[in-house]
Amino acid sequence: MLEDKDRIFTNLYGLQDWRLKAAQSRGDWDGTAEIIAKGRDWILDEMKKSGLRGRGGAGFPTGLKWSFMPKESDGRPHYLVVNADESEPGTCKDRDIMRHDPQKLIEGCLIASFAMGAHACYIYVRGEFIREREQLQAAVDEAYEAGLIGKNAAGSGWDFDLYVHHGAGAYICGEETALLESLEGKKGMPRLKPPFPANVGLYGAPTTVNNVESIAVAPTILRRGASWFAGLGRPNNTGTKLFCISGHVNRPCNVEEEMGIPLKELLEKHAGGVRGGWDNLLAVIPGGSSVPLIPKSVCDDVLMDFDSLKAVQTGLGTAAVIVMDKSTDIIKAIARLSAFYKHESCGQCTPCREGTGWMWRVMERLVSGEAEVEEIDMLLDVTKRVEGHTICALGDAAAWPVQGLIRHFRGTIEERIAARRGGSLAAAE
Amino acid sequence: MSVRRLDPNQPESFAFTAENIEWAKGQIAKYPEGKQASAIIPLLWRAQEQHDGWLPEPAIRYVAEMLDMEYIRALEVATFYTMFNLSPVGEHYVQLCGTTPCWLRGADELKEVCRKHIGPEGTVSADGKFSWLEVECLGACVNAPMVQINADFFEDLDAASFERVLNDLRAGKDVKPGPQNERHASEPAGGLTSLTTVGQSETGGGN
Repeated sequence: MLEDKDRIFTNLYGLQDWRLKAAQSRGDWDGTAEIIAKGRDWILDEMKKSGLRGRGGAGFPTGLKWSFMPKESDGRPHYLVVNADESEPGTCKDRDIMRHDPQKLIEGCLIASFAMGAHACYIYVRGEFIREREQLQAAVDEAYEAGLIGKNAAGSGWDFDLYVHHGAGAYICGEETALLESLEGKKGMPRLKPPFPANVGLYGAPTTVNNVESIAVAPTILRRGASWFAGLGRPNNTGTKLFCISGHVNRPCNVEEEMGIPLKELLEKHAGGVRGGWDNLLAVIPGGSSVPLIPKSVCDDVLMDFDSLKAVQTGLGTAAVIVMDKSTDIIKAIARLSAFYKHESCGQCTPCREGTGWMWRVMERLVSGEAEVEEIDMLLDVTKRVEGHTICALGDAAAWPVQGLIRHFRGTIEERIAARRGGSLAAAE
Repeated sequence: MSVRRLDPNQPESFAFTAENIEWAKGQIAKYPEGKQASAIIPLLWRAQEQHDGWLPEPAIRYVAEMLDMEYIRALEVATFYTMFNLSPVGEHYVQLCGTTPCWLRGADELKEVCRKHIGPEGTVSADGKFSWLEVECLGACVNAPMVQINADFFEDLDAASFERVLNDLRAGKDVKPGPQNERHASEPAGGLTSLTTVGQSETGGGN
């Protein structure tokens, strides 16, 4: 189990003061100018060596992403854009960073921007986080007043401006190119790639979009060293991670733990265990609504990291663990997610716009059992026609939960259809 | 996708207050010259706040002109983003999260409370005090079930505590946002399982 001395978010729960002075006493902004003085290459190298993989869901190596930015400006400005459009069902970790540990994020913005040659950074906060945005803005104001950002930020010689921006209720804006469209004042519809944002991003200029948590952990990694971070977790799955544990546990919570912690240990140590005991567990969605669920038999010994979860046909995603006990109508739980994706599809690509509605309608009939058994495979076929056939990953995200349900709970669906007909399937056919 | 239309009943005109005009200039200044369209969401949001929580057509036109945008581009934004209310809402606008993590912990029960205390979804109560809408995940899943009322989150609700919040608001009393049980924020109830050794000393913190 991770020790407190290795935890990065020491004010995760807001039990201490979030303001600048208190944050500094916790170690934020300690030697920032010295870190920057070590230069861009050193920072990129340390970030790569730390093994940090993006914390927003896709798990792309952060240091590598930063290194995609042009080394020299061709006259266009460079931008860092922080994705604080936290909307993946189950996920509520960036919210805590913004309201309780905002200086970690702000310091990370400065260092990351320097490493990418950016003098300006926008933090895009989801519209519903009104209080969090106010608090973050207050923290940014404090940092400006203290000279930590602005001209010659933190005495580093680097000029740096940081702006807090917000959305207005569109999950799709968490997709990085939709976010850039939204930030430019348009509907949040994803862009075709290439060109990638590192070449043509915000206002047509080189841009990197990073998740809040990825940016907020960077200063601590650079202070304590890549080897410290890489020494936690497992190879290719290093460091610590914020987990959000929701659903049928005795004590839902957010917690920072070591990557690769067994799922069972995570739930039992921090969330008071599954309601009614471990044997009352039905299934877990381990990484936010977009990843396929895993049944109890897989949960028994799976480790919580990118590669372990990929090996059991799901993913770490945002590390939002949604727990469902045996009282759950699992078909309904997934149908509600289908309703979510139908609501949040931006409508740009036909397979997603039409497919999410299709999947939702069939799912609703599976909930009541008012369906033919053949429709289960038809639904699976629809998910395959959406997956991989859209500009962005929302189509995939809508398909995967349904695929996970059919993979592990086909029997439950068939039973429901049979029950509706008042007999067994054999009799029905 | 959701189909969203403008309300049939619209005011004659809309203009920002002098204070909001000053505020808007500050927002526009955040973005590079010529990129003022970036400020459209914050400006439409402020217009909605000024106009009792909903966004009338003249306000969309007004903001489009202020940002030197084509009206259709502003209308696209107003209809795309679901936090823009295109019809009137109650003084206390309740957005109830119904997505799976909240549903698992009793969001349906909260919906019943809304129907009983406010009325049908999407309609303003007779006294004008409330309206409610089921929305998608609001990002407070470890404090489920929860609702947002205007700017504030009310978390760790059950039917009884939610009824109390609504009754207090109706009576004009102060209510405390955040968890409605003994929790402070997202920590586990009943005692910390981490961060038990930090915060005591001034030099503490993972470094």
